[in-house]
Amino acid sequence: MLNILTVIPLSPLIAACFVGLFGKKLPKYFSYLVPIFGVTIAFILSGYALYLTLYGFKLNETVYTWLTSGGYTFEIGFLVDTLSAVMMVIVTFISLMVHIYTINYMKDDKGFSRFFSYISLFTFAMLMLVMSNNFLQLFFGWEAVGLVSYLLIGFWYKKPRAIHANLKAFLVNRVGDFGLILGVALIMFWFGTLDYEEVFNRLPALLSQHVILFNTSISLITLIGFCLFIGAMGKSAQVPLHVWLPDSMEGPTPISALIHAATMVTAGIFLVARMSPLFEQSDVLLSVVIVIGAITAISMGILGVIQNDIKKIIAYSTLSQLGYMTVALGVSAYSVAIFHLLTHAFFKALLFLGAGSVIIGMHHDQDITQMGGLKKYMPITAFTFLIGSLSLIGTPFFSGFYSKETIIEAVNLSTVWGANFAYYALLIGVFFTAFYSFRLYFLVFCGEEKWHKVKRKKNDHGLRNKQYPHESSKIITLPLIILAVPSVLIGLVLIEPLVYGSFFDGNIFVDHENHTNISLLASHFHGVWSMATHSLFTLPLWMMVGGIFLAWLLFIKKVKIDFKFLSPINNILKNNYGFDDFNEKFIANGILKFGNFLSTKVDIKIIDHTIVNGAGRLVSYFSTKLRLIQSGYIYHYAFFMIIGLFLLITFFVST
Amino acid sequence: MDYSSAVFYFFSFILLFSAIKVITSRNPIFSALFLVLSFFSAAGLWLLLQAEFLAIALVLVYVGAVMVLFLFVIMMIDINVEVMKKGFWNYFPAIAFVSIVMLTEIILVLNQPFFKAPALFEAPKKSNTDAIGEVLYSDYVLPFEVAAIILLVAIIAAISLTLRGKKMHKGIDPALQIGVQKSDRIKMIEMKSEKVKIKKRTKRK
Amino acid sequence: MIDLSHFLILAALLFMIGVVGIFLNRKNIIILLMAIELMLLAVNMNFIAFSYYLGDLAGQIFVFFILTVAAAEAAIGLAIIIIVFRNNRTIDVEDINQLKG
Repeated sequence: MLNILTVIPLSPLIAACFVGLFGKKLPKYFSYLVPIFGVTIAFILSGYALYLTLYGFKLNETVYTWLTSGGYTFEIGFLVDTLSAVMMVIVTFISLMVHIYTINYMKDDKGFSRFFSYISLFTFAMLMLVMSNNFLQLFFGWEAVGLVSYLLIGFWYKKPRAIHANLKAFLVNRVGDFGLILGVALIMFWFGTLDYEEVFNRLPALLSQHVILFNTSISLITLIGFCLFIGAMGKSAQVPLHVWLPDSMEGPTPISALIHAATMVTAGIFLVARMSPLFEQSDVLLSVVIVIGAITAISMGILGVIQNDIKKIIAYSTLSQLGYMTVALGVSAYSVAIFHLLTHAFFKALLFLGAGSVIIGMHHDQDITQMGGLKKYMPITAFTFLIGSLSLIGTPFFSGFYSKETIIEAVNLSTVWGANFAYYALLIGVFFTAFYSFRLYFLVFCGEEKWHKVKRKKNDHGLRNKQYPHESSKIITLPLIILAVPSVLIGLVLIEPLVYGSFFDGNIFVDHENHTNISLLASHFHGVWSMATHSLFTLPLWMMVGGIFLAWLLFIKKVKIDFKFLSPINNILKNNYGFDDFNEKFIANGILKFGNFLSTKVDIKIIDHTIVNGAGRLVSYFSTKLRLIQSGYIYHYAFFMIIGLFLLITFFVST
Repeated sequence: MDYSSAVFYFFSFILLFSAIKVITSRNPIFSALFLVLSFFSAAGLWLLLQAEFLAIALVLVYVGAVMVLFLFVIMMIDINVEVMKKGFWNYFPAIAFVSIVMLTEIILVLNQPFFKAPALFEAPKKSNTDAIGEVLYSDYVLPFEVAAIILLVAIIAAISLTLRGKKMHKGIDPALQIGVQKSDRIKMIEMKSEKVKIKKRTKRK
Repeated sequence: MIDLSHFLILAALLFMIGVVGIFLNRKNIIILLMAIELMLLAVNMNFIAFSYYLGDLAGQIFVFFILTVAAAEAAIGLAIIIIVFRNNRTIDVEDINQLKG
């Protein structure tokens, strides 16, 4: 069984290497057939693994011991249980959809084979991350997905904006990784091992351990959890480490779907869920998680309202939904968070791929104020996009509804500090989510066709007057249709076994005595139909309806509402709450100035001038003085010899 | 004081006196001659210590060969005697201090009872030369051979240092001179005579 | 009675005179070589005194070799002086400082 599991990450890796090395020399169909073949194998085997874990299979074995040193063992191992099997299936499925989509999307691009090699490499890295059974391999996968994300965001490396974006993504990720490394180092020091199971076994012994940090005593578990959460913040783009995600839209749309919607950004969520035994022990930590998640959810939702680029709207939507997942983790609803991760993967990937289809139809124009009325030219795209949007905002019976409702319920029932604030934040977030989603849908697919009126320069992208978009080819629309099905159905089918059943038992730990909201949640659940109909009486649904109504008023009915009273905050919103400005002016500038200071004052003046050259000058100074002793006169030499002899004799006589 | 002490003091006095005169004489010839005198008195002292072979060897080798060599060189080198000995006594205090202190220490050490042991010398059964010969060619034959090589090296070194090679001479090997051919000295070059245009000079007024 | 210490003190005095000779002599390099001969003489005196008072012939054998080496060294030293004189036309010690630092 272990051999079969080893094939899962290896087959995309081999495909990536093969295409990366030989892609340019072989005919084009090799570049996509080999990776698709590799990922399909991985998908089938992951499905098989999931099937096995449904019947209680759990594997935790070492594949290869890398090195042993000083009592620590560093190894590569796999932990395949329900949690990682679910992640594996998600990763390989979305990856397969993206692979198929890319065949046509990137067909005119010069870096065709490079792109396939990268996305297969990404699949490998993400699989290593979710299948790992120790922190070292987790860290390897973590860094590797960050690296491939960097490579892919800057795929069109001749565009300066793309280079800025990929560097920004990598650096912000690095800040998060710093926290992760600290957490892993703390674990290594205090627990003496990097293996998950060993760490969880030794956890009860260290529960009351405190460390002294900055003159205050902090519980060790809180500190470790906080450091790990900083890593999760970097990867899953929580405030304030979220600044890279909107800029990462510079990369091609397939990777926005793969990496920044469904898989890489969920690595942080996966980490916290995997570390649930650790996080459950500290209420302080959970409060921090909740507050940060709630801030992300609401502030990013508000920002999504004022964007005009189709991909940026979906990016802010992703940020907001990640906030929802984080809040769910904070209220100990780990399985619900993973469930929302699952549903979100499907509908967000669908939305991104649909946006890609629209972009192709509009000849690479991404501004939604220049689109309109595309429904009749691109019916399949419009229909699947609608399905994705309905699922995102939480329409009853769609999959997003089940996961979102459950999260909001869990937050409502939680007693952890900050849960109250989170509840209101999430509710308001529902309103904004519905508003921007339908703003997007109405502006793009309904209404009048605005591109005819746009004056274009000679080399601009976009449709000209009297040109019309057409539906994209079947290879592009096929993944859209395939993804639309689980976006509708998967919530309905899976909520009961996943969240309320025993699916995650033994792999996700919830402290039911202290955090009673989960058991209360379970007791409120009466089945999928009752949940859908019951929602008519709860607030989230009406928030959602309100959002759709407002969007309809503004963009279909064109009712002119005077929003001038909101104009002061317009500037703050357009500035992304000043995060980018702060980073640029304080942090980047400050580091530049510090580096400059170090370079000129310390490096040149002190080290080079004083120490290095100074040593040379000291030697030459002394040597100019000393060489005068060699006078050339024999009697001087003889005299020195006599003096030496005299000193020796004195020395021996006196002792 | 018995006879040997008197002899000892006599010879040592002469030795010390002539040693001082060696270094303080104006004329280097005098210095060399005083050095000869000091060697003689040292030889006398060695006879007192019943080392006859070495005493005679000292006189033969040192005085007979080395000092003669010294005198050769002094006379060969043209030195300006008057310029000598200027500034001699300027540096005396420094070295005097050092040497007197050293001497004091040495004398203090050497006056210890340890050094005042009576002589262990037995009356020899054969002459000193015989005894030395016996030991020299049996126990110390290797150093003996090495000493011979040292002398050989000294000869070679002295000759190679002072030998002026051909490049310092202006003389030419006669054989080469006779074997010179006409072609080594003269070389015929054919040159066509050039036609030189001579401008007719116009008369100027 | 003449003891070993008498001879040793004599030799020490002789050695010191040689040292003073090296230092004081600034004008004539040949005097320098003579002072060196004085020092060697002092050492030989020491050896022979010890050989007599300890009854061991090794001292005299050693003097034999010192004599040999000293003769060789005097020969070579004089050869060097001749060459120095050829080049510099002076044997003033103060003028021979070309090896200064």
